[in-house]
Amino acid sequence: MSTPLAVSFIQSESFLDVLYIIAFALFIQGLRGLSGPTTAVRGNRIAAVGMAIAVVATLLQPSEGDWGLIVLGVAIGAAVGVPAARNVKMTAMPQMVALFNGVGGGAVFLIAWAEFRRFGSTYGGHSYTVGSHITLPGGSEGVFLHHVTLPGPPTYVAIFSVFAAIIGSISFWGSNIAFGKLQEILPGRPITLGRAQQFVNLLLLAIAVACGIDLVAGAHSELLFIVMLIAAALLGNAVVLPIGGADMPVVISLLNAFTGLSAAATGMALDNTALIVAGMIVGASGSILTNLMATVMNRSIPSIVAGGFGGGAEVAAPGGEAAHGGTVRSTSAADAAIQLAYANRVVIVPGYGMAVAQAQHAVRELTKELETRGVEVSYAIHPVAGRMPGHMNVLLAEADVPYDQLKEMDEANPEFQRTDVSLVIGANDVTNPAAKNTPSSPIYGMPILEVADSHSVIVIKRSMNPGFAGIENELYYDPKTSMLFGDAKAAVSEITAELQQL
Amino acid sequence: MAVILASTLTTNLAILVLAGFVGFVVISKVPNTLHTPLMSGTNAIHGIVVLGGLLLIGLAGNDTFNHIILVVAIAFGTINVVGGFLVTDRMLEMFKSKPRAKADDEDKGAT
Repeated sequence: MSTPLAVSFIQSESFLDVLYIIAFALFIQGLRGLSGPTTAVRGNRIAAVGMAIAVVATLLQPSEGDWGLIVLGVAIGAAVGVPAARNVKMTAMPQMVALFNGVGGGAVFLIAWAEFRRFGSTYGGHSYTVGSHITLPGGSEGVFLHHVTLPGPPTYVAIFSVFAAIIGSISFWGSNIAFGKLQEILPGRPITLGRAQQFVNLLLLAIAVACGIDLVAGAHSELLFIVMLIAAALLGNAVVLPIGGADMPVVISLLNAFTGLSAAATGMALDNTALIVAGMIVGASGSILTNLMATVMNRSIPSIVAGGFGGGAEVAAPGGEAAHGGTVRSTSAADAAIQLAYANRVVIVPGYGMAVAQAQHAVRELTKELETRGVEVSYAIHPVAGRMPGHMNVLLAEADVPYDQLKEMDEANPEFQRTDVSLVIGANDVTNPAAKNTPSSPIYGMPILEVADSHSVIVIKRSMNPGFAGIENELYYDPKTSMLFGDAKAAVSEITAELQQL
Repeated sequence: MAVILASTLTTNLAILVLAGFVGFVVISKVPNTLHTPLMSGTNAIHGIVVLGGLLLIGLAGNDTFNHIILVVAIAFGTINVVGGFLVTDRMLEMFKSKPRAKADDEDKGAT
């Protein structure tokens, strides 16, 4: 029974550790690369190489077996994941990320479940009296001749497993609901149980945690584990369903952090450093991103999770719109074209309307047309315009808009005062002056793009319907503002056509 | 035995805490504009949980139902990893191609 030296070296624990350490270094280096547009592509690929090394290192382990099943699982995953990633439209990116995040959470709770079943459906260990029967893994029967007590896993393993199962299940179902809402399979408006909502959420959480505690304490019941998974699944649904479309970016980011944390917990339970490090890095980064987004929207994370905001009738500011009582001025594509053609400086403010209408290429054409006429054009990007931070940047990047034309909010705001025309394309709440002027408004305090400072404003919008926050936009009643009603893509193309005839 | 277990736990806890700090430090430098690709990229990284499935399926003591659960878990994890990295790559390629596109435009403008 001699193993070749090379094989024993490859299968030694230190070699595995070294490969894992290389993988961590690549993950961190990769994420660092993501901090700049020029290094980002390489950063992502470096992280992918890190992942490949971690997978290969794991597969080299002597305990590995069942290759047929492994190949089956990987083949199914690749067959679903690759075409989905290749073919998804750039506008549908947020829901794709939600879906990929969801399956990650699904993998976490399934692994916790399988681990629990491997322990014999209890974390408490087994006690066998003399003469008791046991079915061995191979299927043969055995009888105990002595009293035997087999200890269960250490308590901390049980705690981390249960944590991973609960969070993984919440993340799986929550992400799927977020996907459904963004894909408009489910209505985007909040679906809520009203006053009972908070109570129901707390009750579901209490059930999941109580089952978890019972299991950690050594309860021998697979049913209890399944009840825990179901309670967490219902909680995932109950938390995300009441959240309106406007808050979806924050929710996806939060669930991303959750899945990361649950992966780290799985690593603690399985004593696998690769899972601990990678999961925790994602957990930490996701938390930062979530917090940052919530701050930008002037919303606290608890109030988002409590739900009910974002399109509900209950937040329509009482008397808010009546107080303005102004008239809305409607314009035509031809007039808008003239206004733009004679401007020196135009700032384009894109929002979700541009994404929905797939108008980014039309917008790029308009920009080119204006630039040939010597108009200085830039884009002002609100951090939460669209459905995810950076959503607009990705779309405009797809349309080959140069990176340096995209201005972030802090950079763009002082420039509005010397801007002749601000062209708002399907953006609403992020331009609403109520966030600055109306303390009673639900979005009061949220930093906005101060388009109202520019000399004139053209708003392209499908109708006067309020945005996802469900509140009126004072900007539309401003005498400087003219509204061009219609689909963003059609309207922008029309303006471009009119420009070409000037 | 208990001592060994305790040291595994504390070592892993130390790794957990340090990884959390690394995550904070590395990520807090990323500009707003790259947040969507970043979210997508970190999303792909937590697909590493597929390793858990790969490890467990190799061990003895799995019944048929466990095999089914684990194959599904591996499939899910693979979707997460492969899909996540590919989608991020597609997004970022668009950022990368831009300086060239801009140079073209300037050429056109000059002529």
